[in-house]
Amino acid sequence: MTELLQQLINGLSLGAIYALIALGYTMVYGVLRFINFAHSDVFMVGAYAGYFLGPKLGAGSIGGGVLTLAGAMAVCAVLGVVIEKLAYRPLRGRSNLTVLITAIGVSLLLQNTGQKIKAVGANPRAFQFPGPDGMTRGLFPETQLHFRSLTISSNQVIVLVVAVVLLAALWWIVHRTRIGTAMRAMSFNATASSLVGINNDAVISFTFALGSALAGAGGVLYAMNYPSIDPLMGTLPGLKAFVAAVLGGIGNLPGAALGGLLIGLVETLVSGTRVSTYRDAIAFAILILILMFRPAGLLGKLRVEKV
Amino acid sequence: MNGSRRSFLGRGVALGAVAVLGTYAAWAAPEPIRIGEFSSLTGREAGLGQYTHMGVVMALEEINAAGGVNGRLVEVIAEDTQSKAGESATVVRKLTTRSRVVAIIGEGASGRCLEGAPIAQRAGIPVVSPAATNPKVTELGDCIFRVCFTDPFQGTVMAKFAHETLHAKRVGVLSDVASPYSLGLAEFFRQRCRVDGIEIVGEQRFSGGDKDFRAQLTALKASKPDALFVPSYYGDAGLILLQARQLGITVPILGGDGFEAPELVQVAGAAADGSYFPVHFSLADTSPRSRGFVERFTKRWGKAPTGVSALGYDALNLIVDAIRRGGSAEPKAIRGALALTTSFDGVTGRISIDSERNARKPASIVRVEAGQFRFLQAVAP
Repeated sequence: MTELLQQLINGLSLGAIYALIALGYTMVYGVLRFINFAHSDVFMVGAYAGYFLGPKLGAGSIGGGVLTLAGAMAVCAVLGVVIEKLAYRPLRGRSNLTVLITAIGVSLLLQNTGQKIKAVGANPRAFQFPGPDGMTRGLFPETQLHFRSLTISSNQVIVLVVAVVLLAALWWIVHRTRIGTAMRAMSFNATASSLVGINNDAVISFTFALGSALAGAGGVLYAMNYPSIDPLMGTLPGLKAFVAAVLGGIGNLPGAALGGLLIGLVETLVSGTRVSTYRDAIAFAILILILMFRPAGLLGKLRVEKV
Repeated sequence: MNGSRRSFLGRGVALGAVAVLGTYAAWAAPEPIRIGEFSSLTGREAGLGQYTHMGVVMALEEINAAGGVNGRLVEVIAEDTQSKAGESATVVRKLTTRSRVVAIIGEGASGRCLEGAPIAQRAGIPVVSPAATNPKVTELGDCIFRVCFTDPFQGTVMAKFAHETLHAKRVGVLSDVASPYSLGLAEFFRQRCRVDGIEIVGEQRFSGGDKDFRAQLTALKASKPDALFVPSYYGDAGLILLQARQLGITVPILGGDGFEAPELVQVAGAAADGSYFPVHFSLADTSPRSRGFVERFTKRWGKAPTGVSALGYDALNLIVDAIRRGGSAEPKAIRGALALTTSFDGVTGRISIDSERNARKPASIVRVEAGQFRFLQAVAP
C-alpha cells in the first residue's frame, strides 16, 4: 500500500512537468493548427537558462529559486517569439507539412547548436549551484518529508505547487483578459477574428511567448528533479508531452494538463512492476485505446467543418 | 578587360605552381599512417568519448613528436557516433572506405562497438576497443581486440566484493535494457551471486536515457536489500544514486566501470558517497609510468584523466607498437602483430593479448568518499 502511494506521488510530480510542456503544444496547435516540434528544445533551453542564471540570481534559496525560474521563463518566452518570427511567420499560408518540417529543422538546429557551442557542450552537466560553504546545492533548499514510510522530496512538492500556480495563471489569462479572448477567437476562426479587428500576428506571438515560458518552467523543474542536463534532454519528455496533449484532446488546455498527469502516472506505475521494460509501450497502448473510443482525445470536441 | 584576363592567367600559373610544389612536398615526406577512431564525442555518453579522445590525441602528439613510426608520421581521423544507435556502422564504413585507415580505435561503449566493429572485420581492418567490456565484442572476429578487462571479470569481481567485503546476503539489481553492457554485467553478477549464495531479492529494468528511476527504486527498496547493483554509465548512474538516496535507500550501491567520470559526482553530489565500482586505471596508482601519464595529461588538458583516457592512450600506442614490431602499416600485418602482443607496457598496466584477443589485466575497486574516488583494493584476474 505504501509502495503504491509512493508511486502515485512519484507519478504526479512527473506528470505535472509533462502537463506544463503539453500546454505549449496544445496552445500553438489551437491558434496555428500545427505541431511545434521545436517546443521540446525550448524546454531544453529553459533548463540551460536556469543553469546559467541560477548563480547570478541566488539559486539555493526560495527567493533565488523563484527568480531563476522566472528568468528562465522570460528567456524562453523571447526565444519562442524569435523562433516564430524567423522560422514560421515567413511560411504563413503555406501547407501545414512545410511548417511541420521547418519545426523539425528548428528543433535540430537548437540541439546541434547546443552541442557545438562551448558554453553548453555535448557533455551532460549537473544542474547544481555552488553554495557559500563550497558544497553544491539544488535550485531550492531541499529536505525530505517523511510520513510513516512514505518519502516525499520537497522538490516534488515544489513541482506540483509551481505547476498548479502556472496553470491557474494560464486559465486566468486565457479566460479573463482581452488577449486571452483574442486567442480563443482566433483558435475558433482565424479569418473571422481578423475581420473583427484582431491582430492575428500579435496573438500568435503572444501564444508562442506563453507556451514557451511554460516549457521553460517545465525545463527548470525537470532539471531540478533530474539534475543532469544535456542538449538532447528535451526529446523524450517532449515526445511524452506531445502524446499527453493528443491524449487530452489537442487544442484543449485542461485536456493537456489532464493528459500530462495521466501519462506521468501510468509511466510510473508500470515502471515499478515486473513489466517495467514495456513502460512506454503500455503508455502508448493506452493512448491508442483512448483514441479508438474518443478520437478527439479525452476532453477534445470534434468540430464539424462548416462549408 | 584585357588586364583582368592577364591577372586571371597569372593567378592560374601561380596556382599551378603551388599545386606542383604541394605534390612534390607530399612525395618528399612519406604520407602519414592513417588510423581511425570512432567514439561518442557528442550526446549522452559524450564524456566517455571525449575523455577517450583526449587520451588518443595525447598519445598521437607524443608519437609524432618522437618522429612517428617507421619514419612515417601518424594521423588520427576521429568520427563521432553521437551516442546513438545507427551512427557507428555509418562512421566505420566511412573510415574503412573513404578515409582508408589501416586500423581503428573505437567505441568505448559495448553496444556501439558491436554495431561498428563487424564492418571493420569484413574489411579486414583491425579494431582496438579502449573500453568495450562486453565479451561478445572480441568474439565478432579475428580483427577485434580490446585493451580493457571484460564484463565476466568485472561482474564476478563486484559480486565477490559484495559477498566478501560487504557481507551482503540480499541484493537488488537495476539494469538498462537498452545496453548490452548493462545486461551482460547484470548476468555475470547474478551468476557469481548464485555461487556465493547471495539472494537476488529484486530485479528492475530501465531504458538508457531515462531520468526518473523513482518507480523502480521504490519497488527495490520494498524488497529490503543489503546492497544494490546498478550496472550503467555515469549519466544514468548519477541520477539513480541521487534518487535512491532521496527515497531513503542507504545501502551500498555497486556499479561497473561505466560509473567512472567526474559527472557522476557532479550530478549526484553527496548521494554518490558510499558507492563502489571497478576502474581500469586508478589515479592512486603510484608506478612512475602512470604517474607521468597523469601529470602530462593534466598539463595538456587542464583536468585529470579518467580510466578511458588511459585506455585510449594505450590503444593508440598498442597499434603503433604493432606497426613498429610488424614493420608494416598494412592492416593484415598490424592484425598479426597485435595478436602477438605480450607484456606491452601500458599506462593501465602490462597488456598481453590472449588467444581470444582480450587483454588480461587487474581491476581496482574504488569507493566514493566526499566526492572523491578512493582506491580500495586491487583484484587480479
